[in-house]
Amino acid sequence: MTDNDHLVRFVDIQKSYDGESLVVKNLNLDVAKGEFLTMLGPSGSGKTTCLMMLAGFEPATHGEIYLNERPINRVPPHKRGIGMVFQNYALFPHMTVAENLAFPLEVRHMDKTEREQRVKRALDMVQLGAFGDRRPAQLSGGQQQRVAVARSLVFDPDLVLMDEPLGALDKNLREQMQYEIKHIHENLGLTVVYVTHDQSEALTMSNRIAVFDDGIIQQCAPPEVLYEEPLNAFVAHFIGENNRLLGKVIEDNGDTVKVDIDNDPGTVVANRINVGGVGERTTLSLRPERVTVNPEPGELPNIFSAKAEELIYLGDHIRTRFTVCGHDDFIVKIPNSAVHAHLKEGDTVNIGWNAEDCRALDPSD
Amino acid sequence: MASNPPITDQGPLLTADGTPLKVSLQRSLRQNRNRAMLLVLPPLLFLVLLFVIPIGDMLLRSVDDKLVNEVLPRTFDAFEEWDKQSEPPEELFAALFEDLKAAEKVERGKVSVRMNYAKPGWRSLVKKTSRRLKRMDGPPYKEQFIKIDERWADQEFWLSLGIMKDRYTAGYYWNAVDRTYDFDKNVILQDENRRVYNLLWWRTILVSFIVTIACLLLAYPVSYLLATLPMRISNLLMICVLMPFWTSLLVRIVAWMIMLQQNGVVNDTLVWAGLLGEENRLAMMYNFNGTIIVMTQILLPFMILPIFSVMKTIPPSYMKAAQNLGATPTMAFIRVYMPQTIPGVGAGCILVFIVAIGYYITPELVGGKDGRLIGNMVAHHMQRSLNWGLAAAMGTILLIMILLLYWIYDKIVGIDNMKMG
Repeated sequence: MTDNDHLVRFVDIQKSYDGESLVVKNLNLDVAKGEFLTMLGPSGSGKTTCLMMLAGFEPATHGEIYLNERPINRVPPHKRGIGMVFQNYALFPHMTVAENLAFPLEVRHMDKTEREQRVKRALDMVQLGAFGDRRPAQLSGGQQQRVAVARSLVFDPDLVLMDEPLGALDKNLREQMQYEIKHIHENLGLTVVYVTHDQSEALTMSNRIAVFDDGIIQQCAPPEVLYEEPLNAFVAHFIGENNRLLGKVIEDNGDTVKVDIDNDPGTVVANRINVGGVGERTTLSLRPERVTVNPEPGELPNIFSAKAEELIYLGDHIRTRFTVCGHDDFIVKIPNSAVHAHLKEGDTVNIGWNAEDCRALDPSD
Repeated sequence: MASNPPITDQGPLLTADGTPLKVSLQRSLRQNRNRAMLLVLPPLLFLVLLFVIPIGDMLLRSVDDKLVNEVLPRTFDAFEEWDKQSEPPEELFAALFEDLKAAEKVERGKVSVRMNYAKPGWRSLVKKTSRRLKRMDGPPYKEQFIKIDERWADQEFWLSLGIMKDRYTAGYYWNAVDRTYDFDKNVILQDENRRVYNLLWWRTILVSFIVTIACLLLAYPVSYLLATLPMRISNLLMICVLMPFWTSLLVRIVAWMIMLQQNGVVNDTLVWAGLLGEENRLAMMYNFNGTIIVMTQILLPFMILPIFSVMKTIPPSYMKAAQNLGATPTMAFIRVYMPQTIPGVGAGCILVFIVAIGYYITPELVGGKDGRLIGNMVAHHMQRSLNWGLAAAMGTILLIMILLLYWIYDKIVGIDNMKMG
């Protein structure tokens, strides 16, 4: 991928609202043409601010944003030609759906027949061909959502921004819309920058996810990498479910480290990812589905005795909370199959895991 | 399970104890309905006593002409007999004598005032004659009447009874628009020197219109600021808007008098700045201008508050969306923001226009001769000339104008779109 394939580049962007604290700290991010990039993070992490700077509604305090290799800091929003879907859709309530869609074409002085064609095409794309004469208020939430998407695409922008567009929908509709947006993205070859705080939404839709926290991108990677190989404790904790064990490195073996768990005699062999040398503190991260119950002795490098504290039946798996190494919030997902042991609360069993599944990351908290 | 009502039956649904479902439902709702009625009762009474009854009374009074007919029944009977061509006959004089003699003194007074509207002079004539009724000998009366005042020989006085012979009259309404009845009850224009009301009606509408437009132009940007500025600043600004609201109307008008008079603050400042010669100080008060300026200031909050409350509900994302879609900020404002403020603008305009059209105290104090409005005439007829019929007719016309306006607004914008705040 050469530099020319980048549609958007954030270069050394900093943003402050009050002149005292930075909301966005030194952001560098490239978005490739045709990419679906999601900015994911808790509220207040700076992701929406980044989107607003890209759309032109907030000036960057420092740094430069490039669109098609053209600096756009001084380009007003209406000249950027970026489509956007707002959080509450921002459909103009005094116009019909068709008028809403025609608005961006009208201000571009497109002639009437072409305008009507494009509006029709856009409405058909979101399966709302028959709804052109309705007012936004007469549509359901999901339909309004589709109109908002259609309106952001009707003037053929290269880049579409979406600011938590599915936040107001109920769960089923949200999932359905996720697929629809994903398909539109694929069919039209759009570049999408999507902001959300919902990690499952991010995992479903994105080519790449930039995880924001505290104004910094913690990690920017495809969904599977983000889940399988988180680079720090925040990402490991924020994406998916995660067991955390805190401890101190006592032995450095190159690819692996041996970690002494706090307040417990146990030691764990872990994959060395993001940790200092001997004597440094570390956070061990382990996905609940990577833990084996009743392993053969010697089969795994890490085997501990665990007491089942709580079992929650979830159909396909049983979510079990164990006390292990002095931590009483250790979650294990036990598949609901014949070969697996059926535990009861209070049972003590052995559990174990591989060294490479247990990632030694930076110390948190 | 056995106690459940049979649902598959053809008959009406029954509740568990066998009463029909509908009856049960009615019973369970009745208590709520009664309670709601109790809550509604006080405002309803208030409305009836202080709104419906007075307005009904006003409507009645504006067409009521019963008094004359009740006090002078014989006279009007004799008037019907008379051919209106020849000299007034003796029977007419005799009937009037009987009627006047039978009437109380207060009634005679009231009647004479009413008769004076039909033809000026009646009042003094009746008063003068009444004083001498006791000293009059028996019939014939004609000679004796004419001896008391020779105007009794004037046919016009007698003919003017024709205007008053019906128990209900539209005369006050015609008077309110500079028209009157001739003696055959045809509608004719008033004498030229008595035509005042049409001018006043037009001036009232013009003033209300100008004030409404001026308020709109001033209120729109202020409301926009109020709705978009940060809370801390907008609260301060809001207090500035409301401050006049909390100040006595009279104090505000007097303050304006200090500002606007010939040797007032505005003129002094302009002269001091050299923009104006000492000899041509502006006349900004006791005329049309004074009425406009002061009314605009006083009615401004009525425009700001509804517009502000509507603007407050418009999320900033609409403007952002419009710009994002390619509209310049100006175009976004005109095409997207302004149409959404229409409910507030409509409410504000209607409110200001309605209050302005009946305005009375400001024109009275700063209006001078050519700044007076119809409201001042209503007050004049209520307090000075005591022609309540005419005052009521004018009030009714004002009411009809407002209802008409309301109807037009409903047709164009829709009343349910209006937001008062």
